[in-house]
Amino acid sequence: MSEFEQMYREVILDHYKSPRNHGLLEPHDAIAEGENPLCGDEVTVSVRFGEGDVIEDVGFEGRGCAISQAATSMLTDLVKGRTAQEISVLPKEELLDEVGIPLSPVRLKCALLGLGVLKVALHRTKGTPLPEEWSASSGEITLS
Amino acid sequence: MDRVSATTSHVLDTHRLRADFPVFEELFDGKPVAYLDSASSSQKPRQVLDRMRAFYEHEYANVHRGVYRLAERATEGFEGARRTTAAFLNAPSEKEVVFTRSATEALNLVAYAWGLDNLGPGDVVVITELEHHASFVPWQYIAHRTGASFRHIPIDDRGELQLDALDGLAREGDVKVVASNLVSNTLGTINPVERLAEWAHGQGAIMVVDAAQAAPHRSVDVQALGADFVAITGHKLCGPTGIGALWGRKEILEAMSPFNLGGEMIRSVGLQKTTFNELPHKFEAGTPAFAEAVGLAAAMDYLGEIGLEAIERHEHALVEQAMGALEEIPWIRVFGPPADRRAGIVSFEVEGIHPHDVAQILDWEGVAVRAGHHCTQPLMTRLGVAATTRASFYLYSVPEDLERLVAGLYKVKASLG
Repeated sequence: MSEFEQMYREVILDHYKSPRNHGLLEPHDAIAEGENPLCGDEVTVSVRFGEGDVIEDVGFEGRGCAISQAATSMLTDLVKGRTAQEISVLPKEELLDEVGIPLSPVRLKCALLGLGVLKVALHRTKGTPLPEEWSASSGEITLS
Repeated sequence: MDRVSATTSHVLDTHRLRADFPVFEELFDGKPVAYLDSASSSQKPRQVLDRMRAFYEHEYANVHRGVYRLAERATEGFEGARRTTAAFLNAPSEKEVVFTRSATEALNLVAYAWGLDNLGPGDVVVITELEHHASFVPWQYIAHRTGASFRHIPIDDRGELQLDALDGLAREGDVKVVASNLVSNTLGTINPVERLAEWAHGQGAIMVVDAAQAAPHRSVDVQALGADFVAITGHKLCGPTGIGALWGRKEILEAMSPFNLGGEMIRSVGLQKTTFNELPHKFEAGTPAFAEAVGLAAAMDYLGEIGLEAIERHEHALVEQAMGALEEIPWIRVFGPPADRRAGIVSFEVEGIHPHDVAQILDWEGVAVRAGHHCTQPLMTRLGVAATTRASFYLYSVPEDLERLVAGLYKVKASLG
C-alpha cells in the first residue's frame, strides 16, 4: 500500500470523497465547463466576484477520476480571495504542488482540467488573458 | 526459427509458452506483470525478435530494385512474408495481400481509394455501433466528403448486433459499403460477419472487415467470411509494430485508384503522366516496413505452430473464469455478451470508481489493464459510460493473472469505494 499512499495521498482521497465548494453558485458572475474527452472527466466552475475582480466565492460540479475532482476541489480553496488577474496567470505548478504527487502526462490533463475551466470563466467575464494551452483549439480539452 | 515450446495439442502448456516471452522475466515489485492488455497490443516471443535480428544482420538491404544478392535476400524475405500472410488468411492469391503500417491504414486505404470514387449522394455506408474509431471515422469522413449517408447497425443491451435493423437501413438508399469488425475490441463480441457479407452482397455493397482483434485469437479465413476487404495488424498477434495488412478481392483492388503515391507503386513516370505498378505493389508506396513484415511472418509461423484453435480454447477458458469471478462481485458490472459468444476480452465498471483510478491502483499490484473508451466512443455513449476498465487475454495469460486482478479490484474498492 505504500505506493497508494504516495499516489493517492489521504488528502486527495479526502478532497475526492468530500469535495470543497461543491455545487454551482446561484447567482454567479462567471461560469464555464469543460471536459477531457480522453477519459470523460467533466468539470463546471462558477465564480462570484467581490470588490473589483476579487474572487469572493467559487463552486464546482463535475464527474470523473479522483485526480480531476480532487484537484478541482483543491483549486477552489486555493483561489478564493485572490484576483481574477492573478489567477489567470497562476502557474500550474502551484496547483500541482497542492496535489503533491507525481503525475504521468495522461493524468496531468486530469489534474489541470479545473484550472483551465476556471481561467476560461475569468477570461469571459473579466477579459483576463487565456493561455494558449487552454484555448478551445488545443484539441486536448473541450471547453464550452 | 527456434521451435516453439509447446506444439499443437488440445491444451496449451501456457507456463512453458511464457518462457518464449522475455517480458515475463521483468519483475515489478518482485513479480512479473499480470499483463491483461493484449487486446491493445501483445507481448513478443523470442522467435519473432530473433528472426528480425537475423534479418537485419544477414539479409538486409532495400527491397525490389537492387540487383545484388543481399537485396535479393531482403526481397525474398519480404515476399516470403507476403506468402505467409496470404496463407494465414487463406487468401486465394498473395497478390491480394497489401502490406500497410497498421489495420488503421488498411481501412483508410479502402475508405479513400475505393470510397472517394464509388460513393455519392443517395448512397449509404453502414457501420456498426461496435466499431473501433479506425473503421468508424474513415467511413464517417468519406461519407461526409462524398455526400453519402452514414448509418449504423445498433447493438442490443448485451452488445450484440441487431440484424433486424438491416432492412430499415436498406430502405434509406443504395447501400454501397458495410463495414464491421469481426471481434469487438471493447466487448469481445464475435460478430456474424458471414451473414453481414451475404446481406451486403445482396444489396450490391462491398463488405469491409476489421479483423485486427480477431486474427490474433482465431483463424480468419477471408474466403469463408465472404468479405471483400479484411484488415489486420501485426502488433496484436505477437508481431512488431508498424506493420499491418489489407487483403482485398483482386478485381476490386485492380479497379481502384491508388492511395499513397511514390516508390514501388509506380511503373513509369513521364512529365505529364505516371502509370502504376501491378498488385499488390500498386498500394505500397515508399520503402515498406519489410523487416517488420518478416517479423510478422515469424509471428504467424509461431501462432501456426501453437495452433489458433488451441489459443482460442485457452482464452475461452480464461473468459469463463473471469466472467464467473467478476459477475459474483456485486459492485462490478460486466458489459457485453455471454462467455460463449465473446473472444478473450472483458470490459467492466467498478461501481462509483473511475476506470483511470481502477487501472492506476491495479498497476501498483502489478496488474496491467486498460482504462478508457478503447477508441469506441459511440459504443461508450450507447453503454452510458465515459469509459470502462478492460481486461484481455492471450496465449500467455494464466489463471493467476485473473486471481491477481480480482484481488486488486478488492483493494480498489477498499481504497476508493
